[in-house]
Amino acid sequence: MNAMKKLSYVLTLLLIPVLLAGCDSKLLVFDPKGPIARSLTDLIVYSIILMLVVVVVVFVLFGYIVWKYRARKNDGDFEPKEEKGNHYLEITWFVIPIIIVIALMIPTTMTIYQVDDVPQGYEEDEPLVINVTSADWKWIFSYPDQDIETVNYVNIPADHPVELKMTSAGTMQSFWVPELAGQKYTMANMQTNLHLLADKPGSFYGRNTNFNGQGYAHMEFEVEAKTKEDFNKWVNDVKNTANDLTEDTYSQILEPGLVGRMTFNGTHLDWIDHAHGGSEQYIDPEKYRIHHGEHTDLNQDIDENREVDPLDQDEQEQNSDSEETDHSHH
Amino acid sequence: MTSQSTPLEYQSQQTRMNILGFWTFLGAEIVLFSTLFASYFILEHNTAGGPTGQDVFVLKDVLIETFLLLTSSFTSGLAIHALRNNDLKGVLIWKIITLVLGASFLAYEINEFFHYVHEGVTMQTSGFASALFTLLGTHGAHVTFGIIWIALLLVQVARRGITVQTSSKLFIASLYWHFLDVVWIFIFTFVYLKGMVM
Amino acid sequence: MSFDEFFVTGDPLILGSQIAIGLTMVGVIVLVTYLKKWKWLWNEWFTTVDHKKIGIMYILAGVLMFFRGGVDGLLMKAQTSRPGLDILDAQHYDEVFTTHGVIMILFMAMPMLIGIMNVVIPLQIGARDVAFPKLNAFSFWVFFAGAMLFNISFVIGGSPDAGWTSYFPLAGKEFTPGVGNNYYAIALQIAGIGTLATGVNFIVTIIKMRAPGMSWMKLPIFVWTTFITSIIIVAAFPILTIALLLMTLDRLFGAHFFTVAAGGDPMLWLNLFWLWGHPEVYIVVLPAFGMFSEVIATFARKNLYGYKSMVYAVAGIAFLSMLVWVHHFYTMGNSAAVNSIFSLTTMMIAIPTGVKIFNWLFTMRKGRIEFSNAMLWSLAFIPCFTIGGVTGVMLAMAAADYQYHNTMFLVAHFHYVLIPGVVFAVFAGLYYWWPKMFGFKLNEKIGKWHFWLFVIGFNLTFMPMFFVGLDGMSRRMYTYAESTGWGPWLGFSAVGSVIMAAGFAALCYNIYWSFRYASRDVGNDPWNGRTLEWSTASPAPHYNFAVVPKVEKLDDFWYKKKKGDTGLKKKDLKPVHMPSNSWTPIFLAAAFGIVGFFLVFEWFTLAIISGILIVIGLIANSFDYDDGYHVSVEELEEEEREWRGDLQ
Repeated sequence: MNAMKKLSYVLTLLLIPVLLAGCDSKLLVFDPKGPIARSLTDLIVYSIILMLVVVVVVFVLFGYIVWKYRARKNDGDFEPKEEKGNHYLEITWFVIPIIIVIALMIPTTMTIYQVDDVPQGYEEDEPLVINVTSADWKWIFSYPDQDIETVNYVNIPADHPVELKMTSAGTMQSFWVPELAGQKYTMANMQTNLHLLADKPGSFYGRNTNFNGQGYAHMEFEVEAKTKEDFNKWVNDVKNTANDLTEDTYSQILEPGLVGRMTFNGTHLDWIDHAHGGSEQYIDPEKYRIHHGEHTDLNQDIDENREVDPLDQDEQEQNSDSEETDHSHH
Repeated sequence: MTSQSTPLEYQSQQTRMNILGFWTFLGAEIVLFSTLFASYFILEHNTAGGPTGQDVFVLKDVLIETFLLLTSSFTSGLAIHALRNNDLKGVLIWKIITLVLGASFLAYEINEFFHYVHEGVTMQTSGFASALFTLLGTHGAHVTFGIIWIALLLVQVARRGITVQTSSKLFIASLYWHFLDVVWIFIFTFVYLKGMVM
Repeated sequence: MSFDEFFVTGDPLILGSQIAIGLTMVGVIVLVTYLKKWKWLWNEWFTTVDHKKIGIMYILAGVLMFFRGGVDGLLMKAQTSRPGLDILDAQHYDEVFTTHGVIMILFMAMPMLIGIMNVVIPLQIGARDVAFPKLNAFSFWVFFAGAMLFNISFVIGGSPDAGWTSYFPLAGKEFTPGVGNNYYAIALQIAGIGTLATGVNFIVTIIKMRAPGMSWMKLPIFVWTTFITSIIIVAAFPILTIALLLMTLDRLFGAHFFTVAAGGDPMLWLNLFWLWGHPEVYIVVLPAFGMFSEVIATFARKNLYGYKSMVYAVAGIAFLSMLVWVHHFYTMGNSAAVNSIFSLTTMMIAIPTGVKIFNWLFTMRKGRIEFSNAMLWSLAFIPCFTIGGVTGVMLAMAAADYQYHNTMFLVAHFHYVLIPGVVFAVFAGLYYWWPKMFGFKLNEKIGKWHFWLFVIGFNLTFMPMFFVGLDGMSRRMYTYAESTGWGPWLGFSAVGSVIMAAGFAALCYNIYWSFRYASRDVGNDPWNGRTLEWSTASPAPHYNFAVVPKVEKLDDFWYKKKKGDTGLKKKDLKPVHMPSNSWTPIFLAAAFGIVGFFLVFEWFTLAIISGILIVIGLIANSFDYDDGYHVSVEELEEEEREWRGDLQ
């Protein structure tokens, strides 16, 4: 009996956070800032509601049966009757899950196709194309039309579709900006595409979610959506002030390690597109060799690197607010 | 013994289980080779600028290998026929011929590998080359294992004669040998012919 | 290779472990020598082919690995309990989560389940042993050799550090040049041989060795789930064999299967891995379903509701398990059509699983539920697994998965599936079949501590992970900034993991206490069971059944008990044929372990030389015509008289 009480107590405890999930809109996934992420969130909320119904039905039935049919001291020699099963009941709980699956499948398929395309209402706009290259352990963003390149941050115009052409210079990564879009892998010798759209100007948290070695936890970036004017101004500033990206600098950037934000004139696409091979020339296994017992702190390298680029420092100051407000909703 | 129609190797519960167990194992082998074939098909065109199958396959050698292995499968069948007739000498003769044919196949295959290396195709050349060597090599390793296995069984058969145990062992080894033949037919068709034509 | 490349040095945690391992080994050797138990160990355990002893060794190994994997888990929880902690550095953390995953799935869940299968299946079908007892011993010993090889990696050479999924290109020599991931490729290969052999063994055992009259629809449900699991093993493990072979060729011989350079295709690894990996999930969860079914029927005092639909559901799950592997990489850039199809196949698994949940509930309905420890675990399984199941359906929806993939939400989900689905089942199975293995029950009172601590700790540990996942935390992060706000959730989770560990400690104490103090007077049928294993003595005699039982219906023993028809007639006793012990399985496994070790370090000459040991073992095995021995009628009579009042 005592066991039963404890059990039901635990079950209630279990339910509380599940119920809270729907209300706690502060979680990033429940806080979309663009139409693509919003359609994902809508699908997720819909599925959570359906699933909560399932959970409640199972839990109530479970609690009721376990309580009602528990063995009691005054049961005496009571011997339960054998039951083979019941065709009607068994068909019922065969059909109900089928209906639930259909109810989930239709919106799922619709959403899959929907986010695979330019968001509705923006079909007429010429999307801004950005090539994303992930490396160990940094994100490189090339703007082929503007002919500029950034590292570990990406600026986009708000209320304007962005098309990402993504690849990797080595290990596999996954590009994720939860408030703007779902994730997609970046893979060497291959190109994946992702649409991005932010409703309004703002700063968004982005990171790699696919484990790729020591610097993985630090492989974050910031997406900043600016008004179209601000965005164009930023592009012009970069073109006027940033250093040219050279092949040497690029090779240095690709070396395994952490770097700060960087900004360059020109893109590496002029000499290599990792989606079409050739990455092996940058890969040196010796740089990945582990020496056990040396306590490594990749974080320390980052500050030295930050000094590299004068424009980078300006950027740092400019962005320092937004960086602190990363995750500011907490 | 029991009825005339039951072959010797099926006459004890343990040997019946051994044979069923081996069939199950062959099921696993089918999955194993299917996976290798699938990997080969995926990497077939990833030659990284190196030689392709068309560049290096030599039809004559492959035909000889095929002939040797198919014939060995046939003689292995004849050995089992002799086993059913309780003909110890026949079993030994046909199985030894099988082994000789199998060994010749292996010799040709090793020669083929040397030819590839000579043409600049090694395990390290490209995805295609790795997959080719691995598929052929896995089959070749199976043949090697089969030759040693059957040779050891022949020693046992020669010493103990044809019994329920030895006959079931021989029968199982023959199943294995036929299986390798079937795998080779797939290799011949989907690696060599396809590689040379397409 | 220098000394400090061979031995992992410099980390105080690892140095401590090295000393502890060294001392324990010396201690064990001294103790066994002092007690003069070497001969006993060799004759009774190392060379045994008895399925019950092999099962017990599997379980023992599983408990040991549970401890190792659990420590890994605790270290991870400690490191992430607060933002910016520095208990483990990135590399050490990467190694720890890799070994945690591999050990928990392959060296904990698998041996625990295969161990219980080994003990129970022959008894449930009224057989004297499995079809191939020597192969069974070989299965165990190569599994053990693989597990040991994998486990020494953290003190010798360094652990694998590319995750339990070992995704390429990261797991290739280009990005992880050390020996760590060689350990992964080779140790798993060796252990995998054993699992494949187990699959073959149980398929033949169940097809050929059922008691007379036990037709397919009279099989206990656990036998059914084991049979179907064995089929999945045979269908899926060869894929792992090949995947690991290709990995080995890449890493040791410079091949280009999964490399970035020279036309390799890393995505091939992902496909092969999950073509095996997803069925693997069902390999561990289906036998668990079978155990829950047995326990729930026994302690609800009713037969299993909807037996036939349960069998069909298990077969359906097994079939679907082969068709869903792409859901592990919806985010790879597949076409919308592909993602839609795999969303559907994945969600369809919920249908047979739902059928099972309702059948379990209706088995208890109108029953008389007794809250024994085995039953408590089965009860806790239903709600906890339901949470794992519904979140699984959510993950199955490809579009939604774009937001869950590789996040802590996923981590929470699969722990909610695997811990209730496998670990709870193992605990239920251990409490349930313990008397059949050892002749005494585990203590129910200490068991309650074990239960409550573990279940509460489990929920506290993994529930918060759903929320940090939805808040953008990806898996496998060794650290995070305070500004993320994840700290409190993860702190909570860390506390939960300590409570869970306390639960495990309670289990260990329970085993110790019960060995010393529990009553040995449990009879053959302590739980009023329904299946054949309860018709023979506890612990089961080495020949299992003095007379092979004849079966007329499902749960035959239950009805025979009611009729009082469980007696044994002296005139029915005949000598029992038993297989002899053999040294070849442990010898071969040791040889595999040695060759594997040399291959890990790429010392090929030594590997080839020691490979001769394998050849010797195989030849010795081939020339072995030992036909076993017979247990005499007198011995049978004597043993049976000891526990039976009804020997006529």
